Amino acid sequence: MATVSLEALRGPHGYLRAQTRWRRTEIAFWLATLLPFLLFPSYLQLASQIAITALFAVSLDLILGYAGIVSLGHAAFFGLGAYAAGLISKFGWGEPLSGLVLASTLAGVAGYGASVVVVRFRHLALIMITLGMGLLLHEAANSASWLTGGADGLQGVRIRPLLELFSFDLWGRAAYAYALLMLFLTFLVARRVINSPFGLSLRGIRENAVRMPALGAPSRAHVRKVYTIAAVMAGMAGALLAQTTSTVSLEVLSFQRSADVLVILILGGAGRLYGGILGAILYMVARDQFSGINPQYWYFWIGLLLIAVVLFLPNGILGGLGRAAAWWRRVSP
Amino acid sequence: MPDPLLAVRNVRAGYGEAVVLDDVSFEVAAGQSLAVLGRNGVGKSTLLLTIMGFTNLVRGSLVWRGEEIGHLAPHQRPRRGLGWVAQEREIFASLSVEENLTVVSRPGRWNLAAVFELFPRLAERRQVRGHHLSGGEQQMLAIARTLMTNPSLLLLDEPLEGLAPIIVEELTAAIRHMPGDSTLILVEQHADIALALTEHVIVLERGRIVHRGRSRDTLRDPALLDRYLGLTLSDSPHASG
Repeated sequence: MATVSLEALRGPHGYLRAQTRWRRTEIAFWLATLLPFLLFPSYLQLASQIAITALFAVSLDLILGYAGIVSLGHAAFFGLGAYAAGLISKFGWGEPLSGLVLASTLAGVAGYGASVVVVRFRHLALIMITLGMGLLLHEAANSASWLTGGADGLQGVRIRPLLELFSFDLWGRAAYAYALLMLFLTFLVARRVINSPFGLSLRGIRENAVRMPALGAPSRAHVRKVYTIAAVMAGMAGALLAQTTSTVSLEVLSFQRSADVLVILILGGAGRLYGGILGAILYMVARDQFSGINPQYWYFWIGLLLIAVVLFLPNGILGGLGRAAAWWRRVSP
Repeated sequence: MPDPLLAVRNVRAGYGEAVVLDDVSFEVAAGQSLAVLGRNGVGKSTLLLTIMGFTNLVRGSLVWRGEEIGHLAPHQRPRRGLGWVAQEREIFASLSVEENLTVVSRPGRWNLAAVFELFPRLAERRQVRGHHLSGGEQQMLAIARTLMTNPSLLLLDEPLEGLAPIIVEELTAAIRHMPGDSTLILVEQHADIALALTEHVIVLERGRIVHRGRSRDTLRDPALLDRYLGLTLSDSPHASG
């Protein structure tokens, strides 16, 4: 008779519970996100941009890292959220929290609509479809200058103080606190989604979307759901950017933004949730530093970093760290 | 005869315009086991694919526990209790053994402990990723993964294909040791093993059933086996008295 460990007897729910248990490193990481308030008070604007980019990267991770949907047009939802939040405030509703909810919801509705098309394609066709969607929206916003301001950007964005108490000033205190709180809350949702039976099914779909229906999982319905959730999160990131900077330009819908978030996720490590956050920190800090050294050619260094990571750390920096930790556990007595 | 769990009635099915199965009818009651035999390309795998909803059902009906399921989408059939292990295995390569099993698990008597009991080798390799498993281990994992959906009827499509004799023995023992009330449809090229593991048999030729009977009677009919399967049991390494 085989010996089966107690761990095995815990069943799927035990497995999921074990996955959702908070590790000390995670708690330390989230506590460390408060350090900029004390250590880098003059960099809080940058910190808020990092938090917003991290939220955008986590949203892409849900569809790319977990469901295997490669997207080159994810900025469409980011931009929709940004324009929605900007327009809501421009037309007189400057309260940030309700504006954030409305903008995210709009992005979610658009995400659901797009998902109906997205579920029908895989691989190269999917990349082209998502790229096309992003380009379409970008040009639509460009041509609708009466609404969006076109190439000049949206004018007249006025955001009221958060909870009528905290203004979005140049120092970026409120902006960072707001962006960080939203990142944390959204991360909790993403973590819950990933470590649920639905999240497990997504991983099965990423591995083999054709096999999953034969095992009872409706692949297409699951992809539609996760795509919608990711669109809500991306829209929230865009809305946060609009609200904390009081500006919305066409750049929020650009292909460059879609490509950047993909680079960020690959750098950090897809399919790990924290990979997007780590990638955003590295990318934004590197961009800040490299552009300081050489304002014209800083992308050269980003390209070099990307090639180095893909060559030597195929699962991203977080994957490399995980491998190093596993090696250390093996060799340490 | 007890009420059938699955009744396949006058089924005509195939892929697009091409018809592979024609006028196929049989029933499987709860707790029964059925071998589906035939030479290559006669429609054995297509029969299982049709039951699971992956082919074009042109005519006929599939009745599951008294309910017509021919119109159901493929993902709805496992939820009714149909479990299919495909010939290609297609385990989730970058997930660990435990994750492969957990991804699709549904409540029932088959849980991690039960499948590890049936396949102790998988218990030993619980944390190993799918692409690091041998062919035999992948086959065990594919069967275990389907068992984790707690099916009322298990459809096995050539589970022993391409495996080393020692693994064939291990898998055969595992199938034999499944609980007595398990219901099974087994498509297999190793006719002698399939007949030894099941109670009933149908033999397909050109998409039609050309023989049906009890497995043990068929096993004792070398002329029939030779005629439809080209099999001489004394030549088979798995032949047993």
